Amino acid sequence: MPTSSQANRILVLGIGNILWADEGFGVRAVEKFHRRYAVPDNVTILDGGTQGLYLVNYLEDADRLIVFDAIDYGLEPGQLKLVRDDEVPRFTGAKKMSLHQTGFQEVISAADLLGRCPRHLVLIGCQPLDLEDWGGPLTKPVRDQIAPALELGCEILAEWGVEVMPRTAPLAESERLLANDIDHQHYEMRGRPA
Amino acid sequence: MGIQTPNGFNRDNSGKRIVVDPVTRIEGHMRVEVNVDADNVIRNAVSSGTMWRGIEVILKDRDPRDAWAFTERICGVCTGTHALTSVRAVENALGITIPENANSIRNLMQLALQVHDHVVHFYHLHALDWVDLVCALSADPRATSTLAQSISSWPLSSPGYFKDLQTRLKKFFESGQLGPFKNGYWGSKAYKLPPEANLMAVAHYLEALDFQKEIVKIQTIFGGKNPHPNWLVGGVPSPINVDGTGAVGAINIERLNLISSIIDRLIEFNEQVYLPDVAAIGSFYKDWLYGGGLSGKSVLSYGDVPEHANDYSSKSLKLPRGAIINGNLSEVLPVDHANPDEIQEFVVHSWYKYPDETKGLHPWDGVTEPNYVLGPNAKGTKTAIEQLDEGGKYSWIKAPRWRGHAMEVGPLARWVVGYAQNKAEFKDPIDKFLKDMDLPLSALFSTLGRTAARALESVWAGRQMRYFQDKLVANIKAGDSSTANVDKWKPESWPKEAKGFGFTEAPRGALAHWIKIKETKIDNYQCVVPTTWNGSPRDPQGNIGAFEASLMNTPMVNPEQPLEILRTIHSFDPCLACSTHVMSPDGQEMASVKVR
Repeated sequence: MPTSSQANRILVLGIGNILWADEGFGVRAVEKFHRRYAVPDNVTILDGGTQGLYLVNYLEDADRLIVFDAIDYGLEPGQLKLVRDDEVPRFTGAKKMSLHQTGFQEVISAADLLGRCPRHLVLIGCQPLDLEDWGGPLTKPVRDQIAPALELGCEILAEWGVEVMPRTAPLAESERLLANDIDHQHYEMRGRPA
Repeated sequence: MGIQTPNGFNRDNSGKRIVVDPVTRIEGHMRVEVNVDADNVIRNAVSSGTMWRGIEVILKDRDPRDAWAFTERICGVCTGTHALTSVRAVENALGITIPENANSIRNLMQLALQVHDHVVHFYHLHALDWVDLVCALSADPRATSTLAQSISSWPLSSPGYFKDLQTRLKKFFESGQLGPFKNGYWGSKAYKLPPEANLMAVAHYLEALDFQKEIVKIQTIFGGKNPHPNWLVGGVPSPINVDGTGAVGAINIERLNLISSIIDRLIEFNEQVYLPDVAAIGSFYKDWLYGGGLSGKSVLSYGDVPEHANDYSSKSLKLPRGAIINGNLSEVLPVDHANPDEIQEFVVHSWYKYPDETKGLHPWDGVTEPNYVLGPNAKGTKTAIEQLDEGGKYSWIKAPRWRGHAMEVGPLARWVVGYAQNKAEFKDPIDKFLKDMDLPLSALFSTLGRTAARALESVWAGRQMRYFQDKLVANIKAGDSSTANVDKWKPESWPKEAKGFGFTEAPRGALAHWIKIKETKIDNYQCVVPTTWNGSPRDPQGNIGAFEASLMNTPMVNPEQPLEILRTIHSFDPCLACSTHVMSPDGQEMASVKVR
């Protein structure tokens, strides 16, 4: 649970469904972010999966929000796009999350309706190539954009006065965002001989 | 005119066709087509859904102990329920028992999820089928306060409170940012509440939005992690350390006390807000008793919430277990997940392929091979269907049947089974609710009855949480802090081959997973989810499923505004799991209604 009481609380959120190929971009991005960087206490890194209203309380507790997500902008597969503030709901509206088709747009307006939406929103979206490959991996053009997307995220954080520290020692397995064979590497090792 | 279905419905598709696609405010993508007669009464209904394509392709050759983590990702609402069903399936296959504390904690997590889902479903997905938001703007705050105080002692009920809310709402509307409210058919004559009841309901919509976050904390505390809690084959992952002071993940007294206070508030919210609201809103719709469908004929409940760890017999299960067929409430039939003749899935009208589609397959032998073909009378193309042909394949949902019968599952099914078993904890609240509403028992079998059963169940679940919390604390105080059994954790201790099943009652109905394990890896894994039961297409005999049956014979005020269809379909709390497909950015939010 986020308990930070600092004035500049930041949520770095990845959303999407890892079971539908490039739909998993947002979750895989924060997973990688967390493995690569250590962040100060006022920053929370969260794998939001396809959770809808469950995420409202995390939004409420944040002054600033960065969302990683696979968004269909009709661009070239793998192309990144960064949008800010008022533009964010419009773009996330292009996609449905879960919780009874609560789009992330509706998660934002629910927080807004409660009068507790983050003041600053940034969406780092990636144009997917394949969303139909049930159980499939991220496609190459999307996978290749994780590192550049993380750099964009770091730039935004720097702009907000947050310095991320590259981890010097590898993150312990118990500290990782995803485990039990659904972490990125193990998830994509499919069809291996028993 | 028309064709008689074996399960007792007369369907006639000669009238005007109405297409609702997508049905909004549900989990996943769903399409409904109906034919109405000259009086706009529904005479034929076709429900079609996109569906995840079977988890077996992803789980094959994985470690059975990790299956829960995958199934948790199928869907954003049944998260914990899928995980619980999965660990139960593995435990059943390998003969693993769990400690008493783990049983209590699992029950608490499952019941918390039930309450959360029921509250969110009613206020955020279903209420707007009954409540006209725009109408609330013209309510008198003083009269709203009088109304609210007449039905409950809930403290947030002053004229000033409702006035402030109305002002906030007006501002929200004027900003043009309708957000969650944009799909309503505001002003439709199918809405029957006076402005004050509408305003009160909207107030509680917001309170529920705020309160639901508290319920989620229970998952976080016991699951160690949110929004994707941890689960464990053999028990629960969080150790109990009563005297601990906040060690990461451990359950200590402070956390148990926090859970206890959330349970108290949740009981209060259920009993002072949720149930009174359902009764108050329902009282304006007493003449709208459509939507019963299969609920008075064939219902199925697997049962859940075991009183004793590892005892899944109907005696131990606090949510009732059993099947009722042909409307015979005097006989509740036993259900066996392992019997190949009982639960079977058919695909003759589903976009899958079987070697022999006249026959159903038991989930242990289930296959999921896509076969996307439209029937000969479908209109449009495969990428832009204008009209489905229900004579051919028309849905991604399979058709599960119990001994050949189409069944309704969900809160109403559970409560009908409990009622038929003469269990006072189910029968008495139903009788009282109907008596207060001055309605006969037959009124229970309706859209309204489904919505009421969910509210009654939320109240029931809150009290059960109190029971299991007390039981857990008493057991810990008696010196038992065990939460996991790791005797058979190592795959070396497993047999060469094993198979099992696990079941739960998810908020929206009966859920089961079937697993086959070979050489310590998953060989086959099948889930039959609640919306597969309710949203199923027809079977080879022509029986229609629960959604389709529930729409039959419903009159529509205005087919261009299919509020009645949404109302009834929403009353099932449909969940067409994991369909987070990207849709085109234009016009995807509004349901498109086409009248042909």
